Amino acid sequence: MDLATLWFWIVAALFVGYFILDGFDFGVGMTLPFLGKDDLDRRVLINTIGPVWDLNETWVIVAGACLFAAFPEWYATLFSGFYLALLLILLALILRGVSFEYRHQRPESRWKAWFDGMIIVGSAVPALLWGVAFANIVQGVPLDADHNYIGTFFDLLNPYALLGGVTTLLLFFTHGAVFISLKTAGDIRERARKLAVKSGVVTIVVAASFLVWTAFLAEFSVAYLVLAALAAVALIGAWLFNLRGAEGWSFSFMAATVALAVLALFTALFPDVMPASNDPANSLTIANASSSEYTLTVMSWTALVFLPLILLYQGWTYWVFRKRVSRASIQAATGAAPAGAAQSA
Amino acid sequence: MNEILDPLALARWQFGLTTIYHFLFVPITIGMVTTTAIFQTAWYRTGQVRYLQLTKFFGQLFLINFAMGVVTGIVQEFQFGMNWSDYSRFVGDVFGAPLAFEGLLAFFFEATFIGLWIFGWDKLPRFLHLLTIWATAFGSILSAYFIIAANAFMQNPVGYEMNVDKGRAELVDIGALLTNPVALAAFPHTIFASFMVSAGLIITVAAWHLARNQHLETMRPALKLGLWMMIIAGVLTTVFGDQLSLAMVATQPMKMAAAEATYQTVCGAQASFSLFTLGTPDGTSELFSIRVPYLLSLLSTHTFDGCVEGINDLQAQYIEAFGPGDYTPIIWITYWSFRWMIGLGLLHVFVAVVGLWLTRGGRHPKSKWVWKAAIWAFPLSLAAMIVGWVFTEMGRQPWLVFSLLKTEDGVSPGVSGLEVLISLIAFTLIYGILAVVEFKLIKKAAQKGPADAPEPHPETGRIEPSTTVY
Ligand code: HDD
Ligand code: HEM
Ligand code: HEM
Repeated sequence: MDLATLWFWIVAALFVGYFILDGFDFGVGMTLPFLGKDDLDRRVLINTIGPVWDLNETWVIVAGACLFAAFPEWYATLFSGFYLALLLILLALILRGVSFEYRHQRPESRWKAWFDGMIIVGSAVPALLWGVAFANIVQGVPLDADHNYIGTFFDLLNPYALLGGVTTLLLFFTHGAVFISLKTAGDIRERARKLAVKSGVVTIVVAASFLVWTAFLAEFSVAYLVLAALAAVALIGAWLFNLRGAEGWSFSFMAATVALAVLALFTALFPDVMPASNDPANSLTIANASSSEYTLTVMSWTALVFLPLILLYQGWTYWVFRKRVSRASIQAATGAAPAGAAQSA
Repeated sequence: MNEILDPLALARWQFGLTTIYHFLFVPITIGMVTTTAIFQTAWYRTGQVRYLQLTKFFGQLFLINFAMGVVTGIVQEFQFGMNWSDYSRFVGDVFGAPLAFEGLLAFFFEATFIGLWIFGWDKLPRFLHLLTIWATAFGSILSAYFIIAANAFMQNPVGYEMNVDKGRAELVDIGALLTNPVALAAFPHTIFASFMVSAGLIITVAAWHLARNQHLETMRPALKLGLWMMIIAGVLTTVFGDQLSLAMVATQPMKMAAAEATYQTVCGAQASFSLFTLGTPDGTSELFSIRVPYLLSLLSTHTFDGCVEGINDLQAQYIEAFGPGDYTPIIWITYWSFRWMIGLGLLHVFVAVVGLWLTRGGRHPKSKWVWKAAIWAFPLSLAAMIVGWVFTEMGRQPWLVFSLLKTEDGVSPGVSGLEVLISLIAFTLIYGILAVVEFKLIKKAAQKGPADAPEPHPETGRIEPSTTVY
């Protein structure tokens, strides 16, 4: 395998990491209106991801930067081509990010309601649009000879891409609900599990149809079919475990579903990185989009040394915050500092 | 209509605006995370509860600010591809690497340990918890290094070769890229300038409370720390600023000429530095000025008899080297931003020295204007920082990557003016609203002052810091 191909898979791995981790963050945000009956419930929900949302989101920054370094052409075409879609994602991430920090700064319920709204929208929009974007990449978009995107924003909203968007939206929703049942204690844990059972059914149907449609685009390549089938099995497994109340297993299988589905999409793409739908000669491929051998070598050594280290200290963080969050634990924490969280930096 | 929808002009406005906005929060983060770590270390070492109060207090100001730094940073990361795709194609092979390093080495580190610090008060042993804030500080400073190394490539391209077939610059020496002389001077200059900004914030907040005779127990030591930090960081900023001047003259003589608005090459005593100039608005002719002889020669070459090339001579040289075109940046911007950066910086050191003298031996100045003056420390030091960057970036124009790529050739060809306009409006609106919200929150938290000292734990007799929840 040459270095450029290796980097294709490293980029895939970074997006796998991003979608698994920020995926459940998005899910937690989207379940606020379903599970957050009162302010205390909503605080429980938000605190399940409190210590980790920032590091989860950083995965997309790193994925973007690595894309830039390893495949400048891909980065340039993708980001300038999907301009308005990315703008919406950015705006959503901005609103969502500040909301976690600002929501608890003041006690008024109107203040909190504003930020709750921004968390919900800020989670749903990227969950939908990342799916739309990736589906469009796999399907191919019109590119000119200089690899510039020549379609419009609305061309991106085609049926296949929208199905991809709804798939990621539902997948992350269920992923988040399972995560909540794993990370909370008390009544909310059971409600989250039940919600995941219901949303899981819809997710399975929609995701299956998306994977089947993609099979046609991937021309039924064996590698794709295997990965897609495994993803489907993992999703059904996650649903069954959840039904039986095995939250840990269910969550692991959801993570596996996300990973396998993303890998299946990258397999369907390979060896292109941005197929041109109008003329295959204009396609961006691993070969013509990648950086020089020297740059890729430097990048490979860096990734080799630091990626394991990163996984280690991030894993440790999850270990430190392994305790379940409950109404009681939030009350105890805010009770200890009477004026509320605003007191405790 | 076409004037309004010029993608190049709009993309430049957007980049300038969003980057300046990002950089309102970044220096506060870099400086405040370090001062918070210092306060927490003081608490760890002495056990005095007021240092814990200060840690929590300034820590909270830092966190309100941090959220904005993070979300505006993501925009920066994406923007190169969105608005400057031809630029990304041209330099990605070189420029992408430091950005990827920044993410892999610094951002992950910072984002992980900040979470551990915020929520880990009751979950980690005390020493480990102290380490998490230092780790966050380390991460943020490291990230600044990589981004400045990336920026330094644009100021002074090194470590690359042109690949004519692919029409792009390719990395051939990562060591050279990361030890770019411009980066080696700009990095400490920016870091110490960031410490000046956070010193300014501490001085402002402390002075506000001290003027009202409240929170004396915590705000007196805070003020002392702020004043000392301002002086030390100010001196170091100046030292490295001087180094940076040398690097700049060596690599971009046009920028120094534009900083001084000297049209003719001048030597020795003629190479004077004007403290103040009244001229025609475009800076092309001078009506009145106050000048310090030799100073420009000193700044640029460290000798009394050095020569500083003038804009006209450089323009002629550049036409010869790069073909016809206008190679001068906008003179009045470079001229005044350079002066304001230096002037405001030196003013701060001076004010801090006076402040230390007035508060020596626990004295408490009675006169109101002393405190009123001190309140300006934060906004003005931040302003010095921003005009410094405006100088650096605008002074590089018309180049995007000096001598290799013009700004006009870097913009995304496929993106329409309308799209950029939409995003420019969206960012301006959201950033504007968030600026108001953030400012009010910080102001409120700062005016409220540190929380009361927590009672010692009934059983252990130790102070247990309260934990954090969102
Ligand atoms: C509090 C802020 C502050 C203060 C007091 C100073 N600077 Fe500065 N300066 C900056 C903040 C700054 C900065 C952080 O905004 C810049 C922008 C790019 C950089 O590396 O630092 C900068 C850039 C910058 C540059 C441009 C470098 C380039 O374009 O390549 C020069 C030559 C100087 N500075 C020189 C000085 C000197 C001689 C100073 C004092 C006598 C000084 N600065 C004080
Ligand atoms: C954080 C401090 C910075 C500030 C305040 C700043 C500000 C600015 C400003 C004012 C411009 C000029 C806009 C114009 O010409 O209309 C500009 C241009 C630019 N800067 Fe920076 N900049 C900063 C750091 C950086 C860094 C670290 C990079 C690269 C990693 C960078 C990359 C660019 C690019 C690509 C442009 C091109 C847009 C243009 O020329 O108009 N800047 N910046
Ligand atoms: C000299 C200029 C810059 C410096 C020193 C700098 C430094 C920093 C620092 C310290 C942070 C941490 C968060 C915070 O400050 O609140 C941050 C956030 C960020 N910056 Fe900048 N930045 C600069 C300009 C830029 C530019 C031009 C980019 C675009 C590539 C960028 C990308 C980012 C990103 C993606 C984040 C979010 C990281 C996170 O999640 O922690 N920055 N930056």
